[in-house]
Amino acid sequence: MKDLSLHILDIVQNSLSAGAQNIIITIDEDAVADRLNILIQDDGAGMAPDVLERVTDPYYTSRTTRKVGLGLPLFRQNAEMSGGSFTIDSQPSKGTVVKANFGYHHIDRQPLGDVPGVIMILVGSNPEKEFYYKHRINGKEYVFDTREAREALDGIPINEPSVIRYLKEMIRENLQELQENKK
Amino acid sequence: MTKIKSLADLKKMKSDLQSKIALREKSDTPEGRTLIKVAMATCGIASGSKQVMDFLVEELDKRNVDAIVTQTGCMGYCYAEPTIEVTVPGKDPVVFGYVDTKKADDIIEKYIKNGELLEGIIPVNYETIEKNK
Repeated sequence: MKDLSLHILDIVQNSLSAGAQNIIITIDEDAVADRLNILIQDDGAGMAPDVLERVTDPYYTSRTTRKVGLGLPLFRQNAEMSGGSFTIDSQPSKGTVVKANFGYHHIDRQPLGDVPGVIMILVGSNPEKEFYYKHRINGKEYVFDTREAREALDGIPINEPSVIRYLKEMIRENLQELQENKK
Repeated sequence: MTKIKSLADLKKMKSDLQSKIALREKSDTPEGRTLIKVAMATCGIASGSKQVMDFLVEELDKRNVDAIVTQTGCMGYCYAEPTIEVTVPGKDPVVFGYVDTKKADDIIEKYIKNGELLEGIIPVNYETIEKNK
């Protein structure tokens, strides 16, 4: 994975295959405290303790199309490589929480990448699911909630190509504003 | 493109969006829209499927090609990622491998618009991922 946004795109696929209806993505950047946290929560099927124990083993996967499962191990490796940490908690029929902490200024910390693009790929491909995305940069935050967007759209499909482009632009603009605020 | 900073701005675009959708529905051929599925598991994402998806969503909208772009899981062709499955109305689904933005451009212009066959189709006897389960 070239950047952290691609990890988010990858890990959320797990939530979707677990049948989650609500997915919460939280990114918290704090340059002063030298940390960057990514939190992905879902209300999918969850995992039993014995499965949970094995998910960061690259030779474990629940799928049948291939024999390896690298999504979580790679995410974990990249978090730990930047002096951070990685935890995953899950409860059957309740859902799963993946938490990755990164050292903000660490040289091996991957760039965040195109988060608005990733959010809109997820929203556009899964119009029937609800996504709640919160991004905090040095204390200032921006929230994008598909429930609110759907209300504003008033019947226009959220996966309409033009809508996706507008929403992506909107998230990008707001993130830029958060970035500028820190100066 | 008008700048949109909030959902309130989006609301103002509503009539534009609605007329665009109405226009498309009128011109719709009875067979419906082309469906494109971009494989987006770890293997696909690591090979650049996000770039391909961004390109497809953007270009199909700009070129007024009526298509739905969505994501799918790993089909087991990890070696050939990024892969995309294209279903043109009335035809069997076709999977293209090693897709980059240049290839995606060819697929839009030649395969979707003109029905020409292209190189790079992976399996001959392919069934969609749901059927395999």
